[in-house]
Formats: sequence, C-alpha cells, structure tokens
Amino acid sequence: MCFLDSRAPLPLEYESWDLINSGLKLVFVTDPLPFTGLWSEQMPIKLNINNMAASVDAPPDTPLLWALRDILNLKGSKYGCGIGLCGACTVLVGGHAVRSCMTTLGSIGGQPITTIEGLSPDGLHPLQLAWDALDVPQCGYCQAGQIMSAAALLARTPHPTDAEIDTAMSGNLCRCGTYTRIRQAIHQAAEAGAAARTT
Amino acid sequence: MRMNRRSFLQLTALAGGGLALDLYLSPLTAAQGPETPPNLTPQAFIHIDPNGVVTIMARASESGQGMRNMLPMLIAEELDVDWKDVRIQQAELNEKIYGRQFSGGSHNTPQGWEPMRRVGAAGRQLLVTAASQTWSVPAEECTTQSGRVLHAASGRSARYGELAVKAAALPAPALNSVKLKDPKDYRIIGHSQRGVDTPAIVTGKPLFGIDVEVPGMMYAAIEKAPVFAGKVKSANLDKVKMLPGVRHVLVIDGGITPAAFTPWEPGMEPGIAIVADTWWQAQQARKQLKVDWDLGPAATQSSEGFKKRAEELLKTAPTNSLRKYGDVDAALKASAKVVEATYEYPFIAHVTLEPQGATAHWKDGKLEMWSTSTLPGNGLSLVAKTLGIQESDITTHMVRSGGSFGRRLQNDYLVEAGWLSKQINAPVKLLWSREDDIAHDPFRPGGTVGLKGGIDAQGKLTAWRHHFITYGDEKNATSGGGIGQDSYPAGFPPAYTLFISKQPLMLRTGALRAPGDNAYCWVAQSFLDELAFAAGRDPLEFQLDLLGNKQSSWSFGEHDPVGDHEPSGQEVLIPERFKGVLELVAEKSGWAKRSKQPGRGMGIAAWFCHMGYFAEVADVSVDAQNKVTVHRVWAAGDVGSQIINPDAAENMAHGGVIEGLSHMGQEITLVDGRIQQSNFHNHPLMRMRQTPKIEVYWRKTDYAPTGLGEPTLPPILPAVCNGIFAATGTRVRTLPLKQSGFGWA
Repeated sequence: MCFLDSRAPLPLEYESWDLINSGLKLVFVTDPLPFTGLWSEQMPIKLNINNMAASVDAPPDTPLLWALRDILNLKGSKYGCGIGLCGACTVLVGGHAVRSCMTTLGSIGGQPITTIEGLSPDGLHPLQLAWDALDVPQCGYCQAGQIMSAAALLARTPHPTDAEIDTAMSGNLCRCGTYTRIRQAIHQAAEAGAAARTT
Repeated sequence: MRMNRRSFLQLTALAGGGLALDLYLSPLTAAQGPETPPNLTPQAFIHIDPNGVVTIMARASESGQGMRNMLPMLIAEELDVDWKDVRIQQAELNEKIYGRQFSGGSHNTPQGWEPMRRVGAAGRQLLVTAASQTWSVPAEECTTQSGRVLHAASGRSARYGELAVKAAALPAPALNSVKLKDPKDYRIIGHSQRGVDTPAIVTGKPLFGIDVEVPGMMYAAIEKAPVFAGKVKSANLDKVKMLPGVRHVLVIDGGITPAAFTPWEPGMEPGIAIVADTWWQAQQARKQLKVDWDLGPAATQSSEGFKKRAEELLKTAPTNSLRKYGDVDAALKASAKVVEATYEYPFIAHVTLEPQGATAHWKDGKLEMWSTSTLPGNGLSLVAKTLGIQESDITTHMVRSGGSFGRRLQNDYLVEAGWLSKQINAPVKLLWSREDDIAHDPFRPGGTVGLKGGIDAQGKLTAWRHHFITYGDEKNATSGGGIGQDSYPAGFPPAYTLFISKQPLMLRTGALRAPGDNAYCWVAQSFLDELAFAAGRDPLEFQLDLLGNKQSSWSFGEHDPVGDHEPSGQEVLIPERFKGVLELVAEKSGWAKRSKQPGRGMGIAAWFCHMGYFAEVADVSVDAQNKVTVHRVWAAGDVGSQIINPDAAENMAHGGVIEGLSHMGQEITLVDGRIQQSNFHNHPLMRMRQTPKIEVYWRKTDYAPTGLGEPTLPPILPAVCNGIFAATGTRVRTLPLKQSGFGWA
C-alpha cells in the first residue's frame, strides 16, 4: 500500500510499481527488465544515463523518449506531441535541453543524458525545491520537461531575466496554464542557487 | 485495494451508520444525480494507525484540479488532525461506499463541502466517545486538538492512534447529528496545502495513466478512419502482423452509426488495433498499414457546409424558442437604435497534454482497469456492457491524469483498452498519439448566433433577440451544444427571446471546461459591449444598470436542455453577486481611470456559471500588424464563503484565464469529413512569452462554497475582445482571432 506524501511518495496502489520505484536507479544496469523485442540484428546501444551505464537493445532510429519510458522504465519524461512542439519529453543531452521524442538513440553517442529522475540524487535540486515550495503543478504532466528546460537555462544563465526565461521556456507547453508560477519558481531557484554558491 | 501493513488498524470493521448523502445536497444539485445517493460513513474515508498517522481516502479523480487535496482537507479539518499527519490515498472506484466519484462541472466543491466535513466530524465523534468511555467522563467535557482527545478537568489526553481500536467498535453517529466547527476555528480549510502529488511530480515518479506498468503487458495503438465512424473494408493485416514486435492486429468493427445526433458515449469507433511489445513498435507498424475504408456518410461534412447551413438557418424565421417574455419585435421597432450582429465560434479540441489512453488486464473472466476517467462510474458500466460481463467483475483503479478539461468525462479510450485486453487475454496499455487525440476528440461544438438589441433614446436596453444556431437532431442538441433558458442576459432585458435552430452533425462532441459558457459568455458579453458603445455609455455602468432591473424570473428545473449531459442553471443568477465581482474587478483594475490611447485598451466582462461568478478585465495592445498582446489581467471571483485551498485556487484561476486565451487561437475544421488539425502547430496553446500578468481577487459572500474549475474561464474571451475594440475600434465577431484579422503577438 502506498501513500501520497512527501516522505513516501509512492503514487499508486499497484505493487509492481513499488518494485519499479525501489529499483529505479540501477535495475536496468544489473538486471535488465524483461524485454521481448524482436530487434536483435544490431549491437545494443550503450548510453550514459543519470551517471550510469545502460545498454539498450533497440534500433538506432528509436527515439530516446520511448527507450527511456518503455525499455528503461524511466517514466518521468512524458509524451505529449511526438514532434518536438510541447517539450514534455525534455531531457539533457550533453548538458543541452533536447526533445527526447525527436532524439534518436543512434545520435547520442557518448554524451551524458540526464532525465528528471537523475537531476539530483535526492530530488532536492534548487528547481525541484522551488517547484515544490510554490506548488507549481496543476495536472503536472508537463512539469518534468519544464524543470529540465529550466535546468539547462540556469546552467548557462544563473540569473535569467523574465525575457530570458520566456525565450528558454517557450518550447514547453503547459496545458493547465501554470506559466506564471514556473517563471516565479525559476527566479526563486536562481536565488537559491546563488545563495548555495556563496555559502 | 491492497492493505499490506499488518499494524494498520482500521475503523472499517464497523457496519456503517451514516446518513443518505442527499440530505446534504441542495435540491438543485441533488436533481442532477441519476443514481440513488449512497450512505457515507467515516469508516470508508478515514484510517488511523497506532502512531497517529491518518490516512484519508480521496474519492474523486485527480486531473490537476486539486481534488486529492480539497476533499480530504474538508475531512481532516473536522476530524481535527494536523495536515502534516495526514496521508492521502486515492480511492478505487466504489460509489457504494464513497458516493459519487465524479470530477466535472465544478461539482466536487458544492457536492463535497457538507458531506465530507460531516464525515470528518463523525470520525472525530467516534474518537471522543472512545476516550470518554475509557476515562468514564462525559463526552461533552472532552475536546480535541491536533489528533488528540483531551479532558481538561482531569488533565488526561490520548492520541487518536491509541483510541482507534476502541473507536472502531462503536456505532457511527448519524452524519446529520454531528457538530461542525465554527469557520473561524479552521486550521486547514482556508490555509494553502501543497498538492499531495507535487513531490512525486517534480522528481518524475510514475504517477499518470501513461506511466502504469503491469507485469507482462503489451502496448496498443489504434488506427481509425480519417472520417468519424468510418469502417474497415479491408487491410494488409497479414503483412503488419509480421513487423518487428507486433503481437496482434485486430479489426474493431465498432458500434457507431453516424446520425444527426451522436450520444454522449456512442460506443467503440471502428479501426485497427496493433498490439506490440513497445508502443513505438506499434506506431511504426501503423505506418505500414494500408486500409481500405468505408468512410460512410460523415465524409460529406465540411466546415464550409456547416457555415452555409448556419447562414440559411439565420435567415429563416426560427420556430423554436426556448425563452420568451415581452414582445421583442415590437420593442425593437420602437427602439431609437437597433444593433445587429452575427457571432461565430469554431469547434475546438481538448488537447489534454497527456493523450487519451488506459491500461487493462483481463484475467480469468475478470478485468482490472487503470482509468484516468473523471466519470469512472460511466466507464465501468460501458466496459461491462461492451464486454458482456458484470460490473462486479471489474476493478477500477483511479489514476492521476495529465489533464482533463472535460475530455475524460467520456470513456471511449477505456472501453477500447478493456475490449483489447479481453481479446488478447493479456494486460495491455493503450495510448493514443497526439494526432489520434485531436482527430478523435469529442469537440467543443462550434456555433453561430444572430443577435439584435435595441436602445431607447435614454441609452437603455429595450430588447434582446438571440438566435442560436447549433447542431443536433429534432430532439437533442449535440453534447455541449445546448443552451439554458437562464443563459445571461436572459431575464434582464425588458423584452427577450432566445431561439434555437439546429443542423445535423455526425461527429462526437462533449464538454470542454465551462461547456457552453466558454462560448456563450463571449457572445453575450461582446454584444453587451457593442450595445453600451451604441448607447454611448461605459460598458461597466451599462451592465450594472441592466443587472439592477431584473424583468423575468426563471427557476431551476423548468427545463434543462443543455446537451444530453451538462446541466445548466444549477442555481439562478443572483444579480448582487454578479454586480459584486464586476465592481471589485473595476476597482482593482482602475477601470474608471483607464487611459485611452490608440492601439491600447481595456475590456471588461463577467459571467455566472457552475454556481460561480467571475469578472475579468484585460489590458490589451494591438500593433500595426494586428498582433495582440495581453499585458495584464485582473480577475475577481465569488465562489462563496470559503476559498478552501487558496494557493491552488489562485493557480486554477490563472489556468482558466490562460486556457481562455488559448481557445481564442484554436479551431477545428473539416474538409470531406476529415479533421484538418493534427498537433500543436495548428491547434496551438498559449506559450509562456504570451502569458499576461494575472491578479486574482476574491469576493467572499455568505453562500456555501462552490467550484473553481470552470467559472474562471469564460470572461477572459470577451474581456480581451472588448479590449481589442477599445484599442482599435474593430469588433471581433468571429473566432479564432485570425478569422477576424487578428493574431497573438
């Protein structure tokens, strides 16, 4: 049985989810999840995801999003449009925000991939804290992508202006309309990040 | 539900006392529920473990409206526990013990406010009784605080966790007998409580319908005809079956016969389902499908044809009037000025960011479903009917969804997943692509409205003639395309007639956030602005004057013709509340002192729907290329005496405003029955850079709290269009904006 709170945020009642959650970080490296795909003609593709080596047995033209979600069981990155218009699938590749629905496995090479699950080891990245403190989400479906785009922005622009935020974030749609809080949360995270660097 | 904590002591051991829910519904809302309301018990909703951790069941589905917070907050307040000690658990579908598990029509607040608080208070009373019996003191001398029962005279106290076992052996009090708190003592209600799922959302935990995993499950995609309800004649199924990862290819015959009116849940749409090891493989295989479709009669439909027919109907003397008082034609004739206008708005799609889908697991004649439906009870009966099984053989897990906005009130995707799982005798996750989601949306129906208004020599409104052209057959307006006799300004102009004419539509339509009202408000509040201008009066002053002269009353239950689903007129408009939000927004926006300059203007509008009142002012500029920027929006709302979760309420109001702006840029059009839009490039949403600064103000009144999902939205459309008029002198009478020569900057 699971509870929906900050201390034990296991969201659903289905027991297999607990197993997936508990093994989220390593399960696919040491113990590949059962995958019964028929594509065995090529070598598995090696990826560096969230500072861990992963091996994906899929054709190189497979979008990273579907490898993350349905092969590696990292469900945080979301499908919203499939053609790079909504940003719900945003992850970092080599530190840049990319749309994983349009990024093929074969195009990644050795570049490190960071997903929402690996943004921080404990879920305490300044952006995650700010999102939490301001209670940004409504439905929440776009928010992983929003946070990853914001992470790429803050990495190169630690103190963005509203205009810089608008530019960096305009590839991420929020159907519920939480934009005003997203902007506020990015400013708050920028301040927290600055405070962390000076202390 | 699986309870696998041995230490978990439940109050559920008791057979429930409880009282019929309908005693706590106003007659108005009670009239909407077709089912016999169930008995509610604290035992169903509250579980307390020995350490004092309180688990509260959230009965309604969560798609971002904050229902997992709001309803449990009501219980926790009256139970008198600290919110930090509360855990929220999503209830499974079981309307016998939880009551109506329906999230729609902004109903959860009005329908939950009284019963959920009483459930909490009844739980508290059980614990007090347990303590008083243990201590042999009168229950009246016991008080509660932060999850403890206290007896001041003897200095004794006990934690709820210590009392739970004993409390569980007591008979539950009747819900109408329990005492509720004085609102001034609230410590949870009215205090912002962060979304219970927020920590999981920001760390990317699996949480949504699309994230459900069942061991051994396969993934499904469905190819449907490009025209509504088109059937499969033949297809290269054998070839597709051989493609990588593909396990099953099934033809869905479906059960829809295209007709002038399509019911709310018409049955399965025909198509070809591909089941594969991954969804990507299913989608890749789909590209190799070659289908010969029998497109059927819907292939003759087009937006141009609809427009032409609407023009004919407008010119034809209407025969069906829904509301009529005074002699509107005579009053128009006698008027000093007559203003005439035709307003048109398009079909639009819901585009929830999480496309439709569901997971189902058929095993040994029973079905387990993971549903994002906001009307899951409907889903249950539909699936049972379609699969020919008993409802008692189905378990429905209610899973958070990536948005609904009315879309998930319909259960088409759920029926598909259930049917597929039974066919292949294995667990399956169905996911629609974005393109599927737009092409097969139950659209917000478009409409055309012919209006005539009269002004007398003193600049007062004399008459309002409203001819609404919608869709449907003789009997039924298409879902989401009906109108209530109370639709504002009905009742206020001295003479008024509301005519309705319909043309056939072979398409599914449904409820989009503030159904009906999201368009009717734009029409009525834009035309009122036109009339005020023609009268040479300030639009605010003109409307306040109109609201002060109620001419005709209408009471709930006379007739409720809004579609076949969405009831209208939950309550009759109270002019003082309508005026109240207008006056508040005028004050906050500095309406009286607004500056007038070329290319920049402010517009005002208000609306009453789903029991809530909102007025909004938009500060708009229009550049030389007719690109529109909304700089700032002021919103004032009256949803009664309490804002239950203030931060979430403000977020919801922002969302309503931003969604309304999105509606102004969207349209769904048909050519040869085919939907022309496919993704966010041609059915866009507002982006961050286009988002105005938004200020939200509450006017608290003595009425019972009502919902916020819907009433925040409608006024923004006319507020912006009236602002465009103030800036440019050009009226937006056709949406989307580009059909009137404007566009977003």
